[in-house]
Amino acid sequence: MLHMVDAVFLALSVLTIGSAIVALEIRSLIYGSIALMLTLSGIAGFFLLLDAPFVAMFQLSVYVGSIAVLILFTVMLVRRELIFNKIEDKRRRYAGIGLMLALMLGIGMIIIGSGMKSMETNSASVDYKKIGADFLTYYSPALIVMALILAASVVGALTLARREDITSDQRTD
Amino acid sequence: MTNGLIDFVLVSVALLAIGIYGMSVKRNAIRMLFGVEMIINSANLNLVAFARFIPNSQGQTLALFSIAIAAAEVAVGLALVIVAYRMYKNIDIEDFRSLKG
Repeated sequence: MLHMVDAVFLALSVLTIGSAIVALEIRSLIYGSIALMLTLSGIAGFFLLLDAPFVAMFQLSVYVGSIAVLILFTVMLVRRELIFNKIEDKRRRYAGIGLMLALMLGIGMIIIGSGMKSMETNSASVDYKKIGADFLTYYSPALIVMALILAASVVGALTLARREDITSDQRTD
Repeated sequence: MTNGLIDFVLVSVALLAIGIYGMSVKRNAIRMLFGVEMIINSANLNLVAFARFIPNSQGQTLALFSIAIAAAEVAVGLALVIVAYRMYKNIDIEDFRSLKG
């Protein structure tokens, strides 16, 4: 049997896994994206438990602050009956649940059977100042490339979503 | 730390399996994006967990890069969903039959 985990970990994992299932299964896409927000916050909580406060705050500001809100706004652009319309194949759904359980049990048994069980640490956590220093010295070329990728993706998204049939002087509202 | 590495990895496996289920079963384009987000998050959780138990700082650095790339991916993905919705008036991926612009 596994060793005991503390209550905070248990609550966080129930929150994360439960809201992930809710996000996929609830009828309304709006509530679904709010549940996805909860899942992402739960992951941020795990990062705090792992003594990575910098990554946790980054996760909160990028995922919960921008990505989830972006998804929420996109859902609101879609027609109302499509938000509540649930379209899926029944047989495919059962096959998917089977695949999910097989993956969970299969990989889970492999991991429980491996030597990972005994892995615990008493060493001090990594200082987050070191991460900042790494970003500006060793990883600075990668940081610049990442900035270019972000800029390119924003330009690409704008180009894709632009409507060419409307010019600004045609607008009546 | 009271929690072992295996606890975090098991949570990550569960989230990965749920994400794969969402991507393979759902036909709603936005719900498929939810599945992609879950898979990316389980990978990030794995990275930070292993970085804590080795311990080194590269895992956290890679997780930060991965989060930023995921933000770019979601921006482009949602723009594609909006374009497809405008063309087909639907977000069911079975209706997205043509790649013509």
